[in-house]
Amino acid sequence: MTEMLLRALNITKRYGAFTALAGVSFDISKGEVVAVVGPNGAGKTTLVNTLSGLFMPDEGGVMFEGRPVAGLGASALALRGLARSFQLVTIYPSFTVAEMISVGAFARAGQTFRLLRPSATCRREQAQVREVAAAFGLEHRLETTCSALSQGEKKLVDIASALTLRPRLMLLDEPTSGISSADKDRIMETLLAAAQRLGVESLVLVEHDMELIARYATRVIGLKAGSLVADMPPDAFFRDPAVIETLVGKVPHNALG
Amino acid sequence: MKTILAFLAVLAAFVAAPFALGPYYTTLIIPILAYAIALTGLNLLFGYGGLLSFGHAMFLAIGAYASAVMGAKLGVRAFEAQLIVAMLASGTVAALIGLLCLRYTTIFFSMLTLAFGMIFHSFLFKFYDLTGGESGISVPRPSLFGASFASMSKTAFLVGPFYWYALGLFSVMFLLMALIVSSPFGLALKAGRDNERKTSFLGVPVFKVRYVAFILSGIYCAVGGAVLAVSIGAADPELSYWTQSGNMIFIIILGGLGQLFGPIVGAVSFTLLQDTLMANTEYWRFALGAILALIIIFAPRGILGLITRALEWRRR
Ligand SMILES: Nc1ncnc2c1ncn2[C@@H]1O[C@H](COP(=O)(O)OP(=O)(O)O)[C@@H](O)[C@H]1O
Ligand SMILES: [Mg+2]
Repeated sequence: MTEMLLRALNITKRYGAFTALAGVSFDISKGEVVAVVGPNGAGKTTLVNTLSGLFMPDEGGVMFEGRPVAGLGASALALRGLARSFQLVTIYPSFTVAEMISVGAFARAGQTFRLLRPSATCRREQAQVREVAAAFGLEHRLETTCSALSQGEKKLVDIASALTLRPRLMLLDEPTSGISSADKDRIMETLLAAAQRLGVESLVLVEHDMELIARYATRVIGLKAGSLVADMPPDAFFRDPAVIETLVGKVPHNALG
Repeated sequence: MKTILAFLAVLAAFVAAPFALGPYYTTLIIPILAYAIALTGLNLLFGYGGLLSFGHAMFLAIGAYASAVMGAKLGVRAFEAQLIVAMLASGTVAALIGLLCLRYTTIFFSMLTLAFGMIFHSFLFKFYDLTGGESGISVPRPSLFGASFASMSKTAFLVGPFYWYALGLFSVMFLLMALIVSSPFGLALKAGRDNERKTSFLGVPVFKVRYVAFILSGIYCAVGGAVLAVSIGAADPELSYWTQSGNMIFIIILGGLGQLFGPIVGAVSFTLLQDTLMANTEYWRFALGAILALIIIFAPRGILGLITRALEWRRR
């Protein structure tokens, strides 16, 4: 049996009277690449925020490695092995790529409160930064200021900064949004290869691009109006026109290859 | 490396100043050093941490009163002892207040620090026995490294031993800050400023990082306040008034927010500017305000930003 990493049990999340998630349950095991799909407003971001402990569900709960996520706090959870990125790309504009990636490296090494040593002289962490950058093909960009990067590179740096924590599970909210379709494939491929190289065991990614899902996902979770309407392997998903219809609208003709 | 060279240039200027300027102007430089120390601390919180405090004059006053109370009321003349008490007192108060203020950010943080500053200001008036009320406490000449310099005139003491002591203190505090802002801690503090949520998901306990920065900034301000009290010969409640906090923020922005040399450049420029303006126009407050507005609009990186830009332009 494969090891279970995350369990969402009957989670319900409301904004006032509006129910954004209605009793959603699923488990995520080691080795899975789970694509979360659904129309805008389906509750995908709310799901990621709840899984990562940013929101407390109104009902139900989330367990990571068998322990509840609630009340743990983002930084503790991240250090325990559950990392995430955000739907809008988040970089620190004035940081260099190396600096941005090193924040997590220092946190992971328990060096955040090291006050009197220049971070550039911390050899072990800087070596990790180079290793992570190399995994993302960013090694030639280490000294570039983040604000000067292309949109695609910003996305990669954003994700790389989180993967420096070497999480077991990584949640990615629309990692390819805002990227030209020509670049999407390359970004996704880079990020999956990097995740594997850095020892990430499972990925959950909110994704709209059916081609990418067909190519990379091992499982598809469909959300609609806060309810779980599909949870199946990609080939079953793409063989079910009714499910695709509810979740995506029309089927892109080339998604099935 | 660049930082060390720039620091040596600044240090050389301050070493040369007393010889070039004579005693009168040298007495005016000591407050510059005092403010530079205090603002180096405030810059950590405001510039690097993105937390605008309107209450840090309180910590300046705590330092000044610690020196005054120790020297005048308890008869402890050793300035080193006064500094340690100033740092402990200020660090303790910052640790208590910070716990509450840092639950908030942005304007709510600013308003809470302002409120605590005002409470402290009224405390100085109320507790007459300890603080001397409105008139404050005059500060007796401290001893430095055990030497009392009793035979010197007041000016000779200030422009002689005390000037060098203050310059040494500034150098040590500045170099420590240079390490702090380039450390993993400094990086985490800036990261939290740029995006709190993202930073906490990178494993950084943002609140704790800010808390440490808050306490450090309080300690720096207290050291500056103790030096200031000796140079003006008194600790009085006006030191803690909120306009003083406003001035401190002005000087940081004038010099260059979030830049290591911002506070020292700001303190020097502010003093020169204020002196020139006061000597030439009765509308000097208006002129200062106008200059602040111009800086914010046209030179958001302050005078230091202008200097860096000029240097880069020349190099081309
Ligand atoms: N903070 C909030 N307050 C109120 N409603 C919200 C909030 N965040 C999201 N919603 C609503 O919840 C629903 C789900 O949002 P979201 O999880 O962002 O969807 P998705 O990521 O799938 O597009 C949407 O209808 C949205 O308008
Ligand atoms: Mg979303």
